[in-house]
Amino acid sequence: MITVLPILTPLLFVILLLMGGKNTRWLKSVGLGGAIVMFLASLLIFILVREEGILVTQAGGWKAPFGITLAIDLFSAVMLMVTSFTALMVGMFALNGLTEEHHKNKFFLFFHTLMMGVNGAFIAGDIFNLYVWFEVMLMSSFVLITLGSKRKQLEGAIKYVTMNLVGSLLFLAGIGLIYGKTGTLNMADLANILRGNDQSFLMYSSFVLFFIAFAVKAGLFPLFFWLPSSYHTAPVTITALFAGLLTKVGVYAMIRFSTLFLVELTPFWQNLILILAGLTMVIGVLTAASQFDIRRILSFHIISQVGYIIMGLGFFTVFSIAAAIFFTVHNILSKTATFLVGKLVYEKTGSYQLKDIGGLFKAYPWLGLLFFIPALSLAGLPPLSGFFGKLFLIMGGFKAEHYVITGVAVWVGIVTLFSMLKIWHEAFWKPKPDGAREINKNPLKGTMILPVTIFALATLAVGLTAGWFMDVFLDAAEAMKNPEVYINAVLN
Amino acid sequence: MVMEIILSILVGILYAAGVYMLLRRSLVKLILGIIFLSNATNLLIFMVAGLTGGKPAFLAKEGAKAAEEMADPLPQALVLTAIVIGFGIVAFTLVLKYKYYKQTGTYDLDQVKQTDQS
Repeated sequence: MITVLPILTPLLFVILLLMGGKNTRWLKSVGLGGAIVMFLASLLIFILVREEGILVTQAGGWKAPFGITLAIDLFSAVMLMVTSFTALMVGMFALNGLTEEHHKNKFFLFFHTLMMGVNGAFIAGDIFNLYVWFEVMLMSSFVLITLGSKRKQLEGAIKYVTMNLVGSLLFLAGIGLIYGKTGTLNMADLANILRGNDQSFLMYSSFVLFFIAFAVKAGLFPLFFWLPSSYHTAPVTITALFAGLLTKVGVYAMIRFSTLFLVELTPFWQNLILILAGLTMVIGVLTAASQFDIRRILSFHIISQVGYIIMGLGFFTVFSIAAAIFFTVHNILSKTATFLVGKLVYEKTGSYQLKDIGGLFKAYPWLGLLFFIPALSLAGLPPLSGFFGKLFLIMGGFKAEHYVITGVAVWVGIVTLFSMLKIWHEAFWKPKPDGAREINKNPLKGTMILPVTIFALATLAVGLTAGWFMDVFLDAAEAMKNPEVYINAVLN
Repeated sequence: MVMEIILSILVGILYAAGVYMLLRRSLVKLILGIIFLSNATNLLIFMVAGLTGGKPAFLAKEGAKAAEEMADPLPQALVLTAIVIGFGIVAFTLVLKYKYYKQTGTYDLDQVKQTDQS
């Protein structure tokens, strides 16, 4: 029963939100309340999974390969916890970070359907079910990205919608093919069949379709172009939510599928994943360095960071997968935080263009600090979470003897530092340019500062307790590399 | 067997037409392309799961042998779900097109490049 909480809670609050009409007070309080309940539920699930192992529910009481399975293992539980924490923070920020108009147009309603899709994708134990949750998530994100219907948003949405729909259709085609070949869509059952079969290469046609679909959603090279041309058009609070969660769902699906279905990573897959990861990192970070809009710099950064995670997957050892999970968690926290600080900068200066802003550090040193912590965490400076994320990934790379790609990762880290310092220097350090708008003296709302502060503290805390986190992730990665436990828990 | 061949060709044509439409410059044709691709995928699922001619997706009478007397209900359920999701998506893209047209007065996808310039 507890297994379905991550889906049921948002659904319940969607119903409650629908009762509110256009009463923004109701919408805001119920919306935020829902995010709190969802966070508590996922915390409970994490503790349960950590102590008792995999939670499995068979929908409708149908036995495993025939019904729809919902399964939460440690990896899912970690992702559930981090995403619902992020959602709670963004929800709090959104109270004043979005206009009343956005709230009247039911931001929180789609926020909760989005979370239902994200959570559903994390707990689905059936490929087709995973597809359905992807669609739930996508539909909500379509609405969120166009919330407000500005011209740029509609343009961005056209690109976002088209690419993601084509990705989804390829995913669906892959599902159809795999059903035709094996007669099952249950992930555990499928893994079981592939393990006892030396002809699993016959599955490659489906796997390539899956890989492309997830690569579109995760924003891998060369399929990432929709991301930087659409993310920055939405209201920044919504972009922060997307940056934290959406690409990570694609990454989650990729890690889950690779560990379950590819028993051994053949040279073909390993080279494909590593080369794409390297190109994603390099191109993402280089294009980020050439941008002058805070939101676009950060959008391109999302891509480069996804490259790191996929690189960890490509090494395909227990340690490197654990490092990839660590990096995912770190990235969700820091990335969302930097976008939210971008919104604070906008509140103060009225622009996202680096050439129009400056002198913020002198006026508001604490705002500089709030940006500095997550930004340096993204760049990978100790003792913040990003340092350990990169350290573990690079250690994993050396252990697996992939020296070239590891070297690339180190180099990309330096360029990341460069573009973070670029924002830092331009927005905070340099004197206010002539003709720039006066800095807005109105104090910022507490509900906007608090989430950003908590994010900064969280990324520091993850860095300082990296050992404990890594222990959890090593357990999760161990369980994923040896999925017998998962298969047994679902099938028996 | 004949049915499989005909359907395969149809699926291929639908995919080709869909991709062609996606690459056109008009926003309406882009949406038509998505519809084609979506229907091609639905047919593909239906076909690769194995066609059973003239049988219902349930047991017609007591004690009948399942494998011979019924069609596999699962792909039908999958296709049904996929069709419904496809409807939702098409409805959304049409609204998006309408809103975009009202704001800009153009269907031309070559105009959709402002978000790529910083």
